[in-house]
Amino acid sequence: MNFPILSTLIFLPLISSFFIFLSKDKENNFSSIYISLFSSIATFMLSLFLWYSLDVNTADFQFVEEKSWINNYIKFKLGIDGISILFIVLTAFITPICIISCINSVKERVKEFLIAILVLETFMIGVFCSLDLVIFYLFFEGGLIPMFLIIGVWGGSRRVYSAFKFFLFTLLGSVLMLVAIIVIYWLTGTTDVTQIYEIKIPKEYQNLLWLAFLSSFAVKMPMWPVHTWLPDAHVEAPTAGSVILAAILLKMAGYGFLRFSIPMFPYASEFFTPLIYGLSIIAIIYTSLVALMQEDMKKLIAYSSVAHMGYVTLGIFTFTKQGIEGSIYQMISHGLISAALFLCVGVLYDRLHSRLISTYGGLVNYLPKYSLLFLIFALAALGLPGTTGFLGEFLILIGTFQKSYLAAMLATLGVVLGAAYMLWLTKRVIFGVTQNPKIKTLSDLNKLEIIMLTILSFLVIFFGFYPMPLMETFSSSVNSLIDNYQLALNTRQ
Amino acid sequence: MINNLDILFPEIFLSLSIFTILMLGVFIKRSFNIVFNFTSLILILTIAIILNNPNNEEKIFLDSYIRDGFSNYFKILILISSLFVLNSSKSFIVENKLDKFEYPIIILLSILGMFFMVSSNDLILFYLGLELQSLSLYILASIDRDNLRSSESGIKYFVLSALSSGLLLYGCSLLYGFTGSTNFDLIANELNKENIGALFAMVFILVGLAFKVSAVPFHMWTPDVYEGAPTSITNYFAVVPKVAGLALLIKFMLVPFSNILLEWQTILIFISIASMILGAVAAIVQKNIKRLLAYSSIGHIGYALAGVATGEVSGYESSIIYISIYVIMNIGAFSCLYLLKKDGQYKENISDLSGISKKHPLLSISFLIILFSMAGVPPLGGFFAKFYIFTAVIEKEMYFLAITGLLTTVISAFYYLKIIKTIYFEDSAITLEKVKNKSAQVSIFLSCSILLTFFLYPSILNNVVNSLFAN
Repeated sequence: MNFPILSTLIFLPLISSFFIFLSKDKENNFSSIYISLFSSIATFMLSLFLWYSLDVNTADFQFVEEKSWINNYIKFKLGIDGISILFIVLTAFITPICIISCINSVKERVKEFLIAILVLETFMIGVFCSLDLVIFYLFFEGGLIPMFLIIGVWGGSRRVYSAFKFFLFTLLGSVLMLVAIIVIYWLTGTTDVTQIYEIKIPKEYQNLLWLAFLSSFAVKMPMWPVHTWLPDAHVEAPTAGSVILAAILLKMAGYGFLRFSIPMFPYASEFFTPLIYGLSIIAIIYTSLVALMQEDMKKLIAYSSVAHMGYVTLGIFTFTKQGIEGSIYQMISHGLISAALFLCVGVLYDRLHSRLISTYGGLVNYLPKYSLLFLIFALAALGLPGTTGFLGEFLILIGTFQKSYLAAMLATLGVVLGAAYMLWLTKRVIFGVTQNPKIKTLSDLNKLEIIMLTILSFLVIFFGFYPMPLMETFSSSVNSLIDNYQLALNTRQ
Repeated sequence: MINNLDILFPEIFLSLSIFTILMLGVFIKRSFNIVFNFTSLILILTIAIILNNPNNEEKIFLDSYIRDGFSNYFKILILISSLFVLNSSKSFIVENKLDKFEYPIIILLSILGMFFMVSSNDLILFYLGLELQSLSLYILASIDRDNLRSSESGIKYFVLSALSSGLLLYGCSLLYGFTGSTNFDLIANELNKENIGALFAMVFILVGLAFKVSAVPFHMWTPDVYEGAPTSITNYFAVVPKVAGLALLIKFMLVPFSNILLEWQTILIFISIASMILGAVAAIVQKNIKRLLAYSSIGHIGYALAGVATGEVSGYESSIIYISIYVIMNIGAFSCLYLLKKDGQYKENISDLSGISKKHPLLSISFLIILFSMAGVPPLGGFFAKFYIFTAVIEKEMYFLAITGLLTTVISAFYYLKIIKTIYFEDSAITLEKVKNKSAQVSIFLSCSILLTFFLYPSILNNVVNSLFAN
């Protein structure tokens, strides 16, 4: 295919953000909103078209674009396979939802906000498309700038602290990855991922390089004990910022493990598996317990995200088909569910300007539509069968049981805790007695909110009952990932 | 020899024009505008002359003067940056009553000195060029002579710089004593590790050069002079002499000290690490933007020196790319200062930026781009500068230097973020005066667009710089 469809996909939001920059509306920001909605929906359609035309029976990279970039030795190389396409579609799907949500919640500097969101979308899609380490780093780090501004300019009261913490934590993790990327370049003479797969990095270097990549991915994932930036960032970020953070930014690290850490450093990945198991189990149990004690809804969901990401790392490092497929599925499902939950919190925040659980209670009597949708997402988050949340966790646990009983048992404990904090949250917010007189005056969901949340709930239930479209997409890529990993380990002995 | 005078043509042209506009300035009253415009014209013409020059290596005057691609590149960089610095600061100069006709002429004289520096192949010519440049800079630092702080910074700079020049001269004489020549090529043949006296000479020369580029531990003058001197002069100080100083550091490693690189490198690594750390840590507590930029420039020089410290051509190339992007970023950053006017005064405190993004979105977004680029965040130009440096450093397996550099990047990101925080996150909304300064706006625009679009074709600078070391 000659048409550079991936570049189009990446740079379409960037170009339209430039048009928003040029647009001149003073009062209502209509043209900015329309341009951004139009371009993000066009990006989404394009990503759907890509998904449709992707050949899912092969694990090869498709729609590959290659241009000489830095002195012919680093190439601008893009390409997608069955794993990355789903993240691209997820990104392209979440962005218009964020834009719709900001119509209600962002009151000042709307134009700049939309520009930041679209620039961020460019970087996020770029991360999932890049087949070159330097390009990947560029997109991976570039996303910090718009996210820093989204938290800092439109955030809550402690926004400065959170924005700085977010930026510096992530930057500190990533610079070590930059060292590793340059070292890989001097070891193999290339930063092209597909070539590095072939060349194979010498065993003695793998452990250190793997740790350098981990330092970046662990912060972004976030894994215990470097997760502390996430609750702060979530709490202070505006609704759309939280949605993007939870739905997509957290998935970059999981994707990074699958695309870079495991295929490039199979030996180190096997060597460090116990470490990852340990950290994941701690994340699952510890952050679930912390989530139980939260009084702030956003913080609770943020901690639950850390726990859910713990399952993802656990599943990836089982190196079984079920585990890895479960992890990818869990990431997609968490992308939908956490986005929806943050939107739900945002809906309440827009009305009462409080995120504290104690402010609410007995919402079901006054906001029935809202309560129904909230209940669906809460149940999906705790992994009720019939929703996407169940399938991911279930597959991961099957995969883990094949490798380690202990890890699987402890992880299962996390499922129980997950049910505990989600149900308790629901009980305190949706049901119970209405204490706060202001709740009686609240209006139920408006049209835009109903549209956003129903689409999300439909997807959560649809893919919960019928996961095949997703599974088929990444199945051959996952197979080849595992085959190559086993092959690499066997040839070494 | 006379036949080869065309090699010296840019210098001859520059000197003659300086004499001419000096006469103009003396005989015409209120001649600042005329002299200033002529200066810009002379700078442009000199650029054209040098661009017309061939890049093949030629030496004249008993091999004491060299013209090659390396010197031509640096001369053009010096000229272009001076042109932008001068023009964007013009309204600042006029409004602060610095519009003496000597101002542009002294700048031209310092440029002439730098020309001789980067083209020298002989210790004497090198020292002459350095002194011509330094003497002009002393005057420039104290050009606002009725202002206590400006005079103070001039004296401070003069005393410390004279000391370092003395050390440098002592080093040169030692070098002559131990090798029997002042010519770089001959020195290179004579020098070896057993020559202890020459090692001493090397240390002295390095001290002198480190002072000129304000690397730690010879940086003490930088914050005070930067803060005390008028902003337009600080801008010049922060950009142009650094370029020349770095060129000389590379040149000394390439030619006279090529046999004792290892000793030279050890010192450079220390200086580089110290500069990076001090530049990052000391800038955090600064409240004055000029002072902050002083520390940030110390840090940036540390990164550039890290490339030089590798002792490899790829390292020198990365340093040259770094300093070129540094020039672009600093011209943009200082041009932003020329637009910060409130209540009839140019502001230089970070707190004066508080919340300006609400009323001045374009200025704020430009400052944001420049600051993120200085912090080295991809995909802006500053990231590529750092990327090339670290690539060269890691190629030489100097991991300690690389990791220190990267960690200081994170620390220095903090104070850049602090300025961005002041601009964007604060609730107050300061309104600035409207400043009519088209050239500063053009400088900001060019600087931002280069930094923003650098990722589209990052090898453009590489290709140029590669060709400098082709032979």
